[in-house]
Amino acid sequence: MQITIPKLSLVVLIGPSGSGKSSFARKHFLPTEVLSSDDCRGLISDDPNDQTVTAEAFEVLNFIAAKRLQRGRMTVVDATNVQPEARAPLVHLAREYHCLPVAIVLNLPESVCRERNRDRDDRSFGSHVVRRQRSLLRRSLKGLKREGFRHVFVLNHPDQVDAAVIERVPLWNDRTDDHGPFDIIGDVHGCCDELEELLERLGYEPSTVDDDSLWGRFCYRHPEGRKAVFVGDLVDRGPRNLDVLRIVHDMARNGSGLCVPGNHDMKLLRKLNGRNVQINHGLAETLAEIDALPDETRDRFCETLKEFLDGLVSHYVLDDGKLVVAHAGLKEELQGRGSGVVRQFALYGETTGETDEYGLPVRGNWAADYRGSAMVVYGHTPIPHPDWLNRTVNIDTGCVFGGKLTALRYPESEFVCVPAKRTYCVPARPFLTDEQAGPLSAQQSHDDLLDAEDILGKRIISTRLRRDITIREENATAALEVISRFAANPKWLVHLPPTMSPCETSQQPGLLEHPAEAFSYYRNQGVPQVVCEEKHMGSRAVVVICRDAESARQRFGITSDESGIVYTRTGRRFFNDVQWEAELLDRLRSAMTACGFWDEFQTSWACLDCELMPWSAKAQELLRSQYAAVGAAASGSLPPAIAALARAAERLQGDNRAKTTAVLDRMGNRDRNRERFVAAYRQYCWPVESLNDLKIAPFHLLATERQVHTDRSHVWHMETLAKICREDAEILLATAYRVIDVTDSASLRDGIDWWTTLTENGGEGMVVKPADWIVHGKKGLVQPAVKCRGKEYLRIIYGPDYDSAENLIRLRNRGLGRKRSLALRQFALGIEALERFVRREPLRRVHQCVFGVLALESEPVDPRL
Amino acid sequence: MLLTITTTHPRGTELSYLLHKHPDRFQSFVLSFGQAHVFYPEVSDARTTAALLLDVDPVGMVRGRNHGRHDSGPLGQYVNDRPYVASSFLSVAISQVLGTALAGRCKDRPELAEQPLPLTARLEVLPVRAGERLVHRIFEPLGYVVETTRRPLDDQFPQWGESPYFSVSITGTKTLSELLTHLYVLIPVFDNQKHYFVGDDELEKLLAKGAGWLAAHPEKDPITRRYLKHRSGLFRQALARLAEEDRAEADDEAGDADAMEARPEEALERAISLNEQRYQAVLTALKTSGASSVIDLGCGEGKLLRELLKDRQFERIVGMDVATGVLEIAQKRLKLERLPDHQSTRIKLLHGSLIYRDQRLSGFDAATVVEVIEHLDPPRLAAFERVVFEFARPETVVLTTPNQEYNVMWETLPAGRFRHSDHRFEWTRQQFQNWAWRVAYEHRYRVRFVSIGPVDEAVGSPTQMGVFERLKAEE
Repeated sequence: MQITIPKLSLVVLIGPSGSGKSSFARKHFLPTEVLSSDDCRGLISDDPNDQTVTAEAFEVLNFIAAKRLQRGRMTVVDATNVQPEARAPLVHLAREYHCLPVAIVLNLPESVCRERNRDRDDRSFGSHVVRRQRSLLRRSLKGLKREGFRHVFVLNHPDQVDAAVIERVPLWNDRTDDHGPFDIIGDVHGCCDELEELLERLGYEPSTVDDDSLWGRFCYRHPEGRKAVFVGDLVDRGPRNLDVLRIVHDMARNGSGLCVPGNHDMKLLRKLNGRNVQINHGLAETLAEIDALPDETRDRFCETLKEFLDGLVSHYVLDDGKLVVAHAGLKEELQGRGSGVVRQFALYGETTGETDEYGLPVRGNWAADYRGSAMVVYGHTPIPHPDWLNRTVNIDTGCVFGGKLTALRYPESEFVCVPAKRTYCVPARPFLTDEQAGPLSAQQSHDDLLDAEDILGKRIISTRLRRDITIREENATAALEVISRFAANPKWLVHLPPTMSPCETSQQPGLLEHPAEAFSYYRNQGVPQVVCEEKHMGSRAVVVICRDAESARQRFGITSDESGIVYTRTGRRFFNDVQWEAELLDRLRSAMTACGFWDEFQTSWACLDCELMPWSAKAQELLRSQYAAVGAAASGSLPPAIAALARAAERLQGDNRAKTTAVLDRMGNRDRNRERFVAAYRQYCWPVESLNDLKIAPFHLLATERQVHTDRSHVWHMETLAKICREDAEILLATAYRVIDVTDSASLRDGIDWWTTLTENGGEGMVVKPADWIVHGKKGLVQPAVKCRGKEYLRIIYGPDYDSAENLIRLRNRGLGRKRSLALRQFALGIEALERFVRREPLRRVHQCVFGVLALESEPVDPRL
Repeated sequence: MLLTITTTHPRGTELSYLLHKHPDRFQSFVLSFGQAHVFYPEVSDARTTAALLLDVDPVGMVRGRNHGRHDSGPLGQYVNDRPYVASSFLSVAISQVLGTALAGRCKDRPELAEQPLPLTARLEVLPVRAGERLVHRIFEPLGYVVETTRRPLDDQFPQWGESPYFSVSITGTKTLSELLTHLYVLIPVFDNQKHYFVGDDELEKLLAKGAGWLAAHPEKDPITRRYLKHRSGLFRQALARLAEEDRAEADDEAGDADAMEARPEEALERAISLNEQRYQAVLTALKTSGASSVIDLGCGEGKLLRELLKDRQFERIVGMDVATGVLEIAQKRLKLERLPDHQSTRIKLLHGSLIYRDQRLSGFDAATVVEVIEHLDPPRLAAFERVVFEFARPETVVLTTPNQEYNVMWETLPAGRFRHSDHRFEWTRQQFQNWAWRVAYEHRYRVRFVSIGPVDEAVGSPTQMGVFERLKAEE
């Protein structure tokens, strides 16, 4: 016997003890697919036959079954299931998860069961048990369909059981193997002129097919094999309903099109089936066209039309599950499932049961809560423009109401529209007027408020550069506090920069860091060429800049009239004074305009990674309370100590004098280190009285419209940014750089000399980057940059006396592992944030990454690295 | 760090007997944090000076502690004033290097130890963040003449202000033991940094040293209070690393003698017991509303929660705050672990934010938002409004915020300054009411206003409260 069951079903085995359910399950299903009540008894009580734990065992069984069905896994329940009250919860469970309950009944003769039980020493119950179970089973047989089982298979004889073959078939809605590409077309409603024009604009060509007097003689096909997918509501209200049906029918039949049903199509089907439906909402027009058909073809036409409409599947899951098309949309948990609820939702959407002032149903906002990964394309409710929200898009642009007919090209995500030739029908609720629509898109309005659920707790973020990045709960907790108290509007925060690891520790006398280690790191990673960039000592600043406030509104959904922002590496506004920020952005914007940036990049915004100087502009509190304070304490402490020692040295004799001088020398050294330390931090401080006292040095052009520029070389970044900086050299600082061939010793020497010169002149040091930004080495992603800090600068980090021999020997013992791992994870997240933003994903998806960077920042890593 | 002790007593050389250190020797001692040297820069009949020089090992100080963990406290920094200032390290050195003199023992000349001498102790760098007045207040009652000179912070950057360091001399006629004991106990008191205990019993040792004079000291409370336990939880550490920029603000210390410095808002308001009045007003509003479930948004250390717990009307109480540090405190203050079952099921604490939509905030009869909104950046208020009034949507919202007009009533508060450094704004009555009316209108609430605290005819009350009530469908 061939037993055909849907891929996703809840299979309920029914049969008395000894009927061979477990053997049957073992033979046809994976061990993990089978949930046996005996196993569950055993899990709880260590005795699979302990009948006293039956209730608990079924709780466990139902719990696991629910989890499996939720995840869309085939599940088989191996229990006697002979009583209707035992089966009812299972049918209910299948309904709850919108999959089909299937009954497979092992209705074997009592003698067979008894014999089998006798062979097993764990089945010591009397024969009356099997008899009773069989009688319960027999009484159930007729009612199984009524109980809700969609498929019932009854096996009456051991031979039948042995011969049974189970075939799993995909649900009709499962077209995951169909990769398109697709052109998804919105509600047509009989607007055939517009449909024909749209198909032609999409590149479909009519070709002659077998003459068919009932349907058309032409069928539209795409020369590149694209497929049209109709979201339904082909008919009613419009002028050429049957022509539309003909086109869609023929395309479906010839494999160049797919169609899901709309509520109007289904109502027409009910009418054709002779049901009593209200002739309203444009149905009359369709019926009139049918009436006008010649008498000799009308009935035959109606028959095939019925067949066509009846065969429409509620929704399709396409392209490996990445695309879902349903007339009124579909929640994630209903996608790819089959039940009345699924069909109902796909046809009518979610209605709250209320009606609005126009008497139309108020719709639940399933799209606002949508978190699925599949793109959902739907129609049903006319709107003026297609509008994305959480990867869902409504493409019913009300052609029949005088709007336009819209197609979404997939995977390109481009809209193609044909305006209505005229208003064929006046809508009950005006939708073309923009009076309700605010200045923001649906997604942008939705993104005004993010949900704590999307960021809190432990979470794993998948990024393109590095697969799964785990954010631990306590780190997320810390990030929530910081972001809530200090961060700027999340709509601006499209990126946070990663931390950067230093090069390996140098063993050269007097040094902790030296370029040789940075160069050899990249050489060992198989990177032949590196770019050395001067490291500025200021504060990291991310600049998001728009051409104007209008661009900021359109692209970032910012309505406060701002046209950009400068924020710190923790997402906090850089300037407390908005006026300064605005002026700084103005200067940068003018420079960008002057060098033709906006046109060159075809963009209305840009995101730049910068260093903003002086250090004292942002870090004044730190400088005051730590750096200057240490300098002050040291200069208060060391000279008097030296003076006292000198006086004692004059007094003392011999060995005591020698001891005194030794300490005196030591203190003398410390005093000179103190002076060097003060000189080191002073280097990076100057008073800021006007904007011109600031210097901003951009070093990455992170992103512009449609592009994240990580695929460009660092030389390209340097040159592109230098062009902007040249336009306003007063505050914009182009970063000096050198290209070094790490396999060439002369080039290496150049690099080292350059570093030496830079740091001897008070520079912080340099950043060494692989010539290409993103490099995958043998062990995965290569550090996108390592820093190599100067000898004097490091006094600010490791203290004034760090370079004495006794200190260096201890300081050299530092591990870079954590820092490097952190740098890579933050880098991957930061770039992922930009890529998601550039792809126009919902803000929560961008924010998760940005939030992740901040959360990782709270991991314990040596802050001096 | 240099400590010198000078005597001008005619038989000044006797100082060396008392110190048990020979004037013609240079002696070095190894201590856990570095070295200490004792020597005499000058020895004459007219004037003898002994010096205790501390050579703190700055690298060992960081690396020796909590190996593998990175402490964010002052001792976790390589760039650190500890090697240069008089801190608890000096106290430790006094007790370990000059222990005999500290104890007042003198084997050879016992009578000398009992004899008060004209002594001057000079601390080259003493950190006193509270200002020089504290030095006078603490040493003068003990009979010293105090001289202080403030050290400049950085003469190239006068705009950065002054340093917290002073050169301090104290002169008095004391026994050497008395002088050393005073220094031993009091040096760490000035230092506003977290106290570094060498051993667990250090606190007790310090208090034992105070016997006989500390109890009578007019400043004994601040002296004892300033020994703070170093608190740190997992979150706090994580947070400290993140909020680097806000170290100055985050470092405020509970119960500090200089509360004016650390918690200005509380200090200002304490005078008129505003806090109590505020909680009473909020409670009254909640009682009248008939609410049985209440969520306190921004509950802080849980003072309001404690009041709510006392009243059986409130069957379900939830406190939420964005700062995990204060939630930990609330957890302790409310003794949540030790509450009996029937009490502990009534109350729960949540970590959450007011600018993210959060399902956990729904389903309460009332929400309280006491002195919270002024801590939000004005552009983020829009998110807060929606979180509370659109999504959480309790029947009653009780919200308080400072009345900026009242600030003029506090003489100590400079004009234009906010009551708290983390306040992002303070509203006038008109501003608050305009905001509240708009929010109420947009989200279908009605609002009434209540003044909290003494009402001045011209400027109103220090705190203003809005009580929002959700309109019924038919209203």
